[in-house]
Amino acid sequence: MALGDDALVLSHRLGEWAGHAPVLEEEVALANIALDLLGQARVLLSMAGDEDELAYLREERAFRNLQLVEQPNGDFAHTIARQLFFSTYQHLLYAGLASGDGPFAPLAGKAVKETAYHRDHAEQWTLRLGDGTEESHDRMQRAVDALWRYTGEMFRPLEGLGTDPAGLEPAWLEQIGRTLEQATLTVPATPRTGAWTAGAGRQGLHTEPFGRMLAEMQHLHRSHPGATW
Amino acid sequence: MATAAARDTARGPVDDALDGATDTTEFERAFDAAVAADERIEPRDWMPDAYRATLVRQIAQHAHSEIIGMQPEANWITRAPSLRRKAILMAKVQDEAGHGLYLYSAAETLGTGRDELLDKLHSGRQKYSSIFNYPTLTWADVGAIGWLVDGAAITNQVPLCRCSYGPYARAMVRICKEESFHQRQGYELLLALSNGTPEQHAMAQDAVDRWWWPSLMMFGPPDDESQHSAQSMAWKIKRHSNDELRQRFVDICVPQAESLGLTLPDPDLRWNEARGHYDFGAIDWSEFWDVLKGNGPCNEQRLSQRRRAHEEGAWVRDAAAAYAAKHTRRTPAAAGTTVETGTYSETGAARA
Repeated sequence: MALGDDALVLSHRLGEWAGHAPVLEEEVALANIALDLLGQARVLLSMAGDEDELAYLREERAFRNLQLVEQPNGDFAHTIARQLFFSTYQHLLYAGLASGDGPFAPLAGKAVKETAYHRDHAEQWTLRLGDGTEESHDRMQRAVDALWRYTGEMFRPLEGLGTDPAGLEPAWLEQIGRTLEQATLTVPATPRTGAWTAGAGRQGLHTEPFGRMLAEMQHLHRSHPGATW
Repeated sequence: MATAAARDTARGPVDDALDGATDTTEFERAFDAAVAADERIEPRDWMPDAYRATLVRQIAQHAHSEIIGMQPEANWITRAPSLRRKAILMAKVQDEAGHGLYLYSAAETLGTGRDELLDKLHSGRQKYSSIFNYPTLTWADVGAIGWLVDGAAITNQVPLCRCSYGPYARAMVRICKEESFHQRQGYELLLALSNGTPEQHAMAQDAVDRWWWPSLMMFGPPDDESQHSAQSMAWKIKRHSNDELRQRFVDICVPQAESLGLTLPDPDLRWNEARGHYDFGAIDWSEFWDVLKGNGPCNEQRLSQRRRAHEEGAWVRDAAAAYAAKHTRRTPAAAGTTVETGTYSETGAARA
């Protein structure tokens, strides 16, 4: 369910970009990624119960997504930094799950191809923004710095997964470090976890923007109890 | 393909210009013959300036409509009431961006650029379909847009698949396939609402009531007030008049509304046995012209959002250009590995 929530919430955030992207190609790309994630979310939530009930009728404290994915879009650099951190993690995670024989293996086998594309997209943009103009470099660095504190949570143990995400951390750090360096960006020296972000999202403790996001997402569904759409 | 004669003549003007005279009579004759024979005019063929200008105007406005048309629907992505509907809506809005891309490419074959066209959209010198100046006030509007607006677009666009200009006709073949898919989804959305709770049914009826007349206006002014029609039909850019297509659309919609269990907001709508068509009430053309002039409910909002997205994205486009320039300079030997040296487009469009 935690993985389903990650995909659901990030998909929603990317959906907010529709009609606002900097170039038409990015309208297509961001919607494409959002759709992939929504597809993953539907499979994962259906494994845990009824997808719509889980998406629309749970309150904030019952969601298990990472705090990283609920962060507001900010500017394009912010969105790209969030994508870079998450898609790199997700790709490592699904590659591992796909090679095993656990309940997530069939989904992971398909999703790993999607996440490879998502990661590539984020890396390409990290390079362009980091090594583009002075302004884009500064914006990208600010985005990396701002979201860094949410990245430790990804490697906290996850119940029912059958594997410990902590094992992914060295590879994640190595890949992110290499991409940031190539993009002429600095890896932040600040901590990647704190009292509040250390596994907090996984325990249903979220950041303030999340409640607002859910209010918008769930409003119509909740206004018509029992209706089918 | 245009005639060999037309293609040959395309090389002609340069030689003639050397003589100081540009006699286009022969090219015109070849062009007219190609159009008369239902052959396709291709980008390198000679064509009358006015034909080129008309196509640029029409294709650009069509592209702009796809781009602006994303807004009223994207308005509901974050509020879609089920995950299945959310996925369908996201895919649709993504398709529209893709259609915009095809159409800008088609327009570019006529010697204009996407940046130039976007600039004309942003400055109000080129229009987009007036239908997108109406607001999406409820979820049912998403269905009404799919059923009626996409339905009207398809009725308009299917004949364009046979348009005399090849690149436009080919773009329309791809676009029409996806549009008819969207239209079916919109119909199905309304059907679910119509068969749902009384509140859902009322929501569907209200949306159809608001979108019906604006959809009929999508076919453009009546034939006797349509300034471009006659010439466009002679050039086989257009195949049917505005009023013909509008009638066809009404004839298709009436039985569909019945099977939806919804009514159309027109007391004069009835079957005319003698004509073999549905008669329908008078369209409020003053509203049409008013919206076209910029005074519709959302004109200001739609254009502002588009401009804002463009302006706020400027630093991103600058970064991509600067990176491409730097990267090309740094690795002159990378001719064989051009993956990273191209424009930003390949990261996204590749999988579109």
